[in-house]
Amino acid sequence: MTPLPLSIAFAHLRARKRQTAVSIGGVMLGVAIFIGIGGMMNGFHSYFLSQLVETNPHIVITDEIREAAPQPLALLHPDGAVEVRRVLPRDPVRGITGAAAILDALNAMDGVAAAPSLVGQIILRHAGRDYQITGIGVDAPREVRVTDIVHDMVEGSFDALASNPNGVLIGRQLAEKMGVALGDSVVAATTTGAQANLKIVGVFHTGIDAEDQYWGILPLARQQSMQGKPRVVNEIHIRLAEIARSIPFAQAIERRWGFKSAPWEESYARVLDVFALQDKIMFFTTAAILVVAGFGIFNVISTIIMEKSRDIAIMRSIGMPSADVLAIFVIEGMVVGVIGMILGWLAGWGLGALLHMVPAPTGNASDRLPVKLTSELFATASVIALLSAVGAAWLPARKAARADPLSIIRGAA
Amino acid sequence: MSVVLEARGLTRVLPGPQPTTLVSDVDASFEAGSFTAITGPSGSGKSSLLYLLGLLDPPTRGDVLIEGVSTRPLDNEARGRIRLKHFGFVFQFHFLLRELSVLDNVTLPMRQLGRLSTAATRARAFDLLSSLDMAAEARKAPEELSGGQRQRVAIARALANDPRFVLADEPTGALDTKNGAAVFAIFRRLADESRTVIVVTHDEGLARLTQRAIHIVDGRVAT
Repeated sequence: MTPLPLSIAFAHLRARKRQTAVSIGGVMLGVAIFIGIGGMMNGFHSYFLSQLVETNPHIVITDEIREAAPQPLALLHPDGAVEVRRVLPRDPVRGITGAAAILDALNAMDGVAAAPSLVGQIILRHAGRDYQITGIGVDAPREVRVTDIVHDMVEGSFDALASNPNGVLIGRQLAEKMGVALGDSVVAATTTGAQANLKIVGVFHTGIDAEDQYWGILPLARQQSMQGKPRVVNEIHIRLAEIARSIPFAQAIERRWGFKSAPWEESYARVLDVFALQDKIMFFTTAAILVVAGFGIFNVISTIIMEKSRDIAIMRSIGMPSADVLAIFVIEGMVVGVIGMILGWLAGWGLGALLHMVPAPTGNASDRLPVKLTSELFATASVIALLSAVGAAWLPARKAARADPLSIIRGAA
Repeated sequence: MSVVLEARGLTRVLPGPQPTTLVSDVDASFEAGSFTAITGPSGSGKSSLLYLLGLLDPPTRGDVLIEGVSTRPLDNEARGRIRLKHFGFVFQFHFLLRELSVLDNVTLPMRQLGRLSTAATRARAFDLLSSLDMAAEARKAPEELSGGQRQRVAIARALANDPRFVLADEPTGALDTKNGAAVFAIFRRLADESRTVIVVTHDEGLARLTQRAIHIVDGRVAT
């Protein structure tokens, strides 16, 4: 036999179909918006990170040293009151010393690919105007193993760098700003006074402004000669087969060779912080919708309790325990919450599908808004919806359970 | 006949800045199979006495004994369990649950007690409705019934768990004379079945149909 509180709860809800439907609609809307908008945020984050992470190396070793070497005095008296102030870390102006050995060691490891690079400022001159960019000197055959930028080429090819010692790859936005196209030549200069004519052998589009406007990729040897640093490497780019290993692997590298070794999470910490902030804003905004839906449930349950005070009195008078009276109205809230939640799952999934049909403003006509619906989104929305529904029902239900049946019976007489 | 329900020095005072005494120092005893009317003028405390006897209201002083056992130490929930098993209540207004059918209303106390199977519960509810000439209305909603019919359904619900005590508070108050007399006839029959029936009424004519009348004035037993 169906438990009595359950039967009565369903009977109450059936008798108030319209109010019940509105309450269910409120929960459904909240859950759907939470899932739909959350899915879009997730999709955007994933897209953005994949663009960043796949275009760039997973770990970058630079010619910086984070911490100063331990001072002999402190080493000599480790427990003594020794304080050496203003000790600066060594500044290796000539790049990463022993880069070739480091590269050999890294490339010998399983699931690790490493490539040398020299990064330095370059000024491109064209049509009487200067454009300051970050010149990235790469060893093309090795660089393609550590970044996916080869897939972002919209004109020319990455491989052209290997066969053209004076070639340069620039972003599409920079090419448009300069008014140059594939095959054009530009003058490149550095702060050392070196100058060279570079030929545009490729145009890329990563979708990230900082890269598309301010990056120029050229052969390592050309960059070394222009920067006046022959055979110098100031960055080593690393790609891992397992990206999840990036932080411990970077730490291990730094411990072994002493040079700053930044995993992508550190390089894009600000981006990740912004994403975390966006997630929080999204969470509180959409959770607020579910809380508002909870007020709808509160309203319905309160109304039912007010209307049903005589029923409550008679049930209490025949001996129904207060816990069962409480259960009736909490079940009503839960039923509204559960039905709203399930409908919200479907509507959220539909909303996600709809959003995924909207063109994305990436410049590529076939791109659609990225939407990533995860089980965590569904679970979080469900937990908030159910807590909101049960909480909203609990307050009036508790009042009903505590009601004195006699005062109601006396009042009715 | 043995005394099965007993009031000893029963007093009920409503607390407040000016406490109100509803029932004052009432002693009364009720035998199995007795049919008693509690009468008195409006506001005399007859309903309050009935609620005290039915364990719906805790006394301020005094005690209610069931077969000689004190109910004073019992908390609200324990009193509720005793009401569920041993008491059947009929009020002036039927208090049927509008969303449930007549049959479901009658099954309510049995389902709460959980002693019978689903089939047995329904069969007993049908039997009770049949005994009150209401079997044909079993599937109907309470709103489809007349006042007299609703009160008979309320009586059927009060009898659902086969209570030893049937307590009724002005059960004919909302009925015409004919229906009122019919309801009293049912109570008479219940008493003949060895149940202890106590009915609050202000109708002296109906009170004369009972075996005994306790007259209450200002919360005290007058006769």
